[in-house]
Amino acid sequence: MKRWMKYVKPYWVYFVLGPICMIVEVVGEVLMPKFMANIINEGVPQGENGLWYIIGVCALMVAVALLMMAGGVGGAYFGAKASVNFASDLRQDIYTKVQSFSFANIDKFSTGSLVTRLTNDVTQIQNFINMLLRMCLRSPGMLIGALIMAISINPRLALVLSVTIPLILLTQFFLIRTGFPRFSRMQTRIDSLNANVQENLTNVRVVKSFVREDFERQKFGRSNANLKEAGLKAMGVMIFMQPLMTLFMNITSLAVVWFGGQQVIAGGMLVGDLVAFITYITQILMSLMMLTMMFMMSSRALASGRRIREVLDERVDLTDQNAAHPDRKVQQGRVEFRNVSFRYYKNSAEKVLSGVNLTIEPGETVGIIGSTGCGKTTLVSMIPRLYDVDEGQVLVDGVDVREYSLRHLRDGVGMVLQKNVLFSGSIADNLRWGDEEASMEQLRAAAASAQADDFVSHFTDGYETQLGQGGSNVSGGQKQRLCIARALLKRPKILILDDSTSAVDTATEARIRQAFAGELRDSTKIIIAQRISSVREADKIVVLDDGRITGIGTHEELLADNQEYQEIYYSQMDRKEGA
Amino acid sequence: MAGRSLEELSRQYNSASAVRGPGGPGAGPGGPGPGGPGGRGRNLAGGGKPKDVRGVIGRLVHYIAAYRLQMGLAFLFVILRALSSLAGSYMLRPIINNYIAVGKMEGFLFALLVLGGIYLVGVVSTYAQNRLMITVSQNAIEKIRNDLFDHLQKLPVRFYDTESNGEIMSRFTNDVDNISMMLDNTIMSLVSGFITIVGTVFMMFYTNVWLALLTVIFVPLFMKAGGFIASRSRKYYLAQQAALGAVNGYIEESVAGQKVVKVFCHEEVCEEEFALLNHDLRGKQMFAQFFGSIMGPILGNLSQVSYALTIGIGGVLCAMGVFDVGGLSVFGNYARQFSMPINEVSTQVSTIFSALAGAERVFAIMDRPPEEPDAPDAVRMEHMKGDVVLDHVTFGYNPDKTILKDISLYAHPGQKIAFVGSTGAGKTTITNLLNRFYDIQEGTITIDGVNIRNIQRENLRENIAMVLQDTHLFTGTVMENIRYGRLDATDEEVIAAAKTASAHSFIMRLSDGYNTMLEGDGANLSQGQRQLLNIARAALSKAPILVLDEATSSVDTRTERHIEHGMDRLMESRTTFVIAHRLSTVRNADAIMVLEQGEIIERGNHEQLLAMEGRYYELYTGKKELD
Repeated sequence: MKRWMKYVKPYWVYFVLGPICMIVEVVGEVLMPKFMANIINEGVPQGENGLWYIIGVCALMVAVALLMMAGGVGGAYFGAKASVNFASDLRQDIYTKVQSFSFANIDKFSTGSLVTRLTNDVTQIQNFINMLLRMCLRSPGMLIGALIMAISINPRLALVLSVTIPLILLTQFFLIRTGFPRFSRMQTRIDSLNANVQENLTNVRVVKSFVREDFERQKFGRSNANLKEAGLKAMGVMIFMQPLMTLFMNITSLAVVWFGGQQVIAGGMLVGDLVAFITYITQILMSLMMLTMMFMMSSRALASGRRIREVLDERVDLTDQNAAHPDRKVQQGRVEFRNVSFRYYKNSAEKVLSGVNLTIEPGETVGIIGSTGCGKTTLVSMIPRLYDVDEGQVLVDGVDVREYSLRHLRDGVGMVLQKNVLFSGSIADNLRWGDEEASMEQLRAAAASAQADDFVSHFTDGYETQLGQGGSNVSGGQKQRLCIARALLKRPKILILDDSTSAVDTATEARIRQAFAGELRDSTKIIIAQRISSVREADKIVVLDDGRITGIGTHEELLADNQEYQEIYYSQMDRKEGA
Repeated sequence: MAGRSLEELSRQYNSASAVRGPGGPGAGPGGPGPGGPGGRGRNLAGGGKPKDVRGVIGRLVHYIAAYRLQMGLAFLFVILRALSSLAGSYMLRPIINNYIAVGKMEGFLFALLVLGGIYLVGVVSTYAQNRLMITVSQNAIEKIRNDLFDHLQKLPVRFYDTESNGEIMSRFTNDVDNISMMLDNTIMSLVSGFITIVGTVFMMFYTNVWLALLTVIFVPLFMKAGGFIASRSRKYYLAQQAALGAVNGYIEESVAGQKVVKVFCHEEVCEEEFALLNHDLRGKQMFAQFFGSIMGPILGNLSQVSYALTIGIGGVLCAMGVFDVGGLSVFGNYARQFSMPINEVSTQVSTIFSALAGAERVFAIMDRPPEEPDAPDAVRMEHMKGDVVLDHVTFGYNPDKTILKDISLYAHPGQKIAFVGSTGAGKTTITNLLNRFYDIQEGTITIDGVNIRNIQRENLRENIAMVLQDTHLFTGTVMENIRYGRLDATDEEVIAAAKTASAHSFIMRLSDGYNTMLEGDGANLSQGQRQLLNIARAALSKAPILVLDEATSSVDTRTERHIEHGMDRLMESRTTFVIAHRLSTVRNADAIMVLEQGEIIERGNHEQLLAMEGRYYELYTGKKELD
């Protein structure tokens, strides 16, 4: 609760005024039938003498109706103000929170689930608040008001309600209880149908090349029929709701007319009161239905609220608040691993890295090689402190990475991720992520080093070419080269390339390396690669296997005495040629 | 911080994502209709107006035509329901006037029974109408979905290459949902709304002409107010949707790229840009939300005003003895409820428009031209040998931009032909041509001497097994995924194929072996493992021609070495086309084609090409360049 009050506070005026406006409307609504009863009971029987009385009440009614309109519009206004502001602040906060997430936090939530929480869930909450402000007093207010009026008119007749209200509640309860599981089953089937389509779309080439169109059609047909069946079942319950509620309403009014009518005939009740009473019955039953609806909607909003809270309450486990040297910058680019061990999940038995010791001197070029899943990416992720070590220490320029501010550390360490993305915007916009103030010449120079200038210049709009979402309109190899250029613009003291040239052909890759050797002479370069050719000239090559370093040395040294390295090498080279 | 401006951001992200929005305009606090809990949300997203209303309706009618009888009955029940509700309200007048007011007990019970009967008719009709309509709508929607999917299966690959998956998906979700909602209850509430309006007016006039005239004076006011609010609300709603689309697009992209954001310490810029978009949305949502929710209060309370006036004047008439109390109370009810059907009709109209717009988009896909049908004299080749000849083939995805120029080559049955060259040289394009994903513009491709244009397309594709660069799997077991390659394969054959692809050992380590369920594109497998499954799938197929497009790019070289043997067996008796940038994979090919900007610039086997010391030599020895 405290969590949400933060978003109420700045707008508390709207949160208060909204319901007040709605109270105005409700009170008016409850009074209206009573006015009418007065006209019938007091005015009409007086004949011509009652005319002024009637006109007076009528004028009052018009005034009340106008007040009600003002109340309704005001309620809508303040409701909108409150809910929109609440949701906007909430959205901003979640977004900011996600920005503060460490890699471990991001891994825990999937991208898709974070996006849903930021979009759908916030919208759910917003709609719920709007409804709450406009209905939370309205339905119960109307219910209570109408009940009071009904009882005050005729307490005995109101006894009818003691039978019908529980009956209605019970019916609603049963319908919802049977309906809910059916609706969730329908939802599951909708999801699986959508997954089916999505798969078909991404796999279209496979489907077509194996001529499986009919097979897919049948599969979809089955899934579609299942959905229809679930839909019919779920709807089959809900279509009882409306007629049953009407039925109860009808039975109640019949009972009221029957018992009330007899009372009127016996002289114990006025006709006008009976008419008003019937109207109150309708109001009571309507507000009951509305309450049920609110209840159903709130269960969805509660689920959304829970999902949002999970994000907001998530503990960010990697911050630089305790950094001893927040002002320190990376100067030389010396990297040292001291007995580093790491695992992604605290409860998993297997360590991803264990007992790693490694020193990299400023300006060195280091290759890291090993089979998939051996921990190469994890190892280099420790340098810009994307993850924190479990045991041991990672030092940059002799200082523990945890002592730097994250900004200065990551400014000094340029890392080109394996799974990399570009963003909507122009190519220049994207490159300037590395250096906001970079001039056109600097952009071109970085792009040229990354062997990207050539193809960018061939685009009609050059560096102003707009990239689609996620950089969808450049090829894999082009994207990788742009990502490298982006990192180069940071002029990092330490540059890490995590398998970031896998889609670039060997010759181009060689030219990129050549450029590095020239322009990044003083920077430490760490290169993860699949191909031996990518790391062959490195000052030293680190061979990783199962989270352990099994060899460090130059190409020639390793080739001579490291079995692992030999295996990798011969898998890529002709034996005769390599030997 | 150098963030982008709001204008730039809105432009870049506006179209970026499918627009998913909140409830949209109208949809006041009605009773809980058949929508129910957890049902599909009221998604008016992607609203807009249909261009050809009549055409769209015509095609929709086609889908419900099979349920003429049910529709007819439903109409009948709707009319019954509306009439019984009108009559039910009216019955109060004789009951008050003839029995209660005059104190007459005989016949009172009977009159109540009649009223009960009318009520019952109404209740039963409501249920019957709902029952019929959900059957109609669910069946019609099933058919629409099936037709849409069927047609998608017939569309050429070009369609998928140019349309985004998100766009197509939103046809299946948002648009179909809107149609379904319209069929579920909108049509019928529109009908009942109209009947109620007409009936109420009629009953008012029947009850008291003067009071009725008074109420009717209010109608233009209702219309005016309703129309004004509706048009405002639509305008602000669209603006809100656009802003929301930008916000959602931004969220999607930046959250997906969150790790890059962190590596570049770009969090603050992202927060600022997001704040700009979010602020823009805040303002627009305010208006949309406000105008979306004042329809109810304004129209509802306008009718309270008209109710008050009617009661006042009616009271005066009663007092003067020209009107009766029963009539007055009945009339009061009519006047008070008069705005309800008007309100309903006006909100439903906008729902209908967005449903029709959705239907139009669905039909637009169904109207896309399918793959060109086979030529009438197309042949079916029973035993293809796999003798492939490309003769002066020229091709471009757009006719004015040539990707492949004058490519000629031949592959004898069982030969292995490799394509190498830098990214963008057109290697993958060749795979698109062999099985006619795209048709070539000039030249011919023949298999066993027959032009592929003259082979039945299915027959052609059945004979070419492909392992593609992007590996995707289907939801289902590992076994089912491999069996995709040949549906009638026995379990033993599937396992044998997995062994050929060296996938067997890792499959056995999965929790349920071959029966392990793969979900979400095999998210629990590594990219390399997925590639191995894809290879197994191709190994199962008996196709004489095999295309491997970067089939082992994510398998590390040591593992690749291990599967080499299996791959050799796989390629043994088949004509194989291999595309790889890792040259070690293609070394033992019978012929290697070096592509550069769409042209074959060198060809020969590994030794010959090295001896030429040309581009291949350069590529192959790229590693030595720095020496």
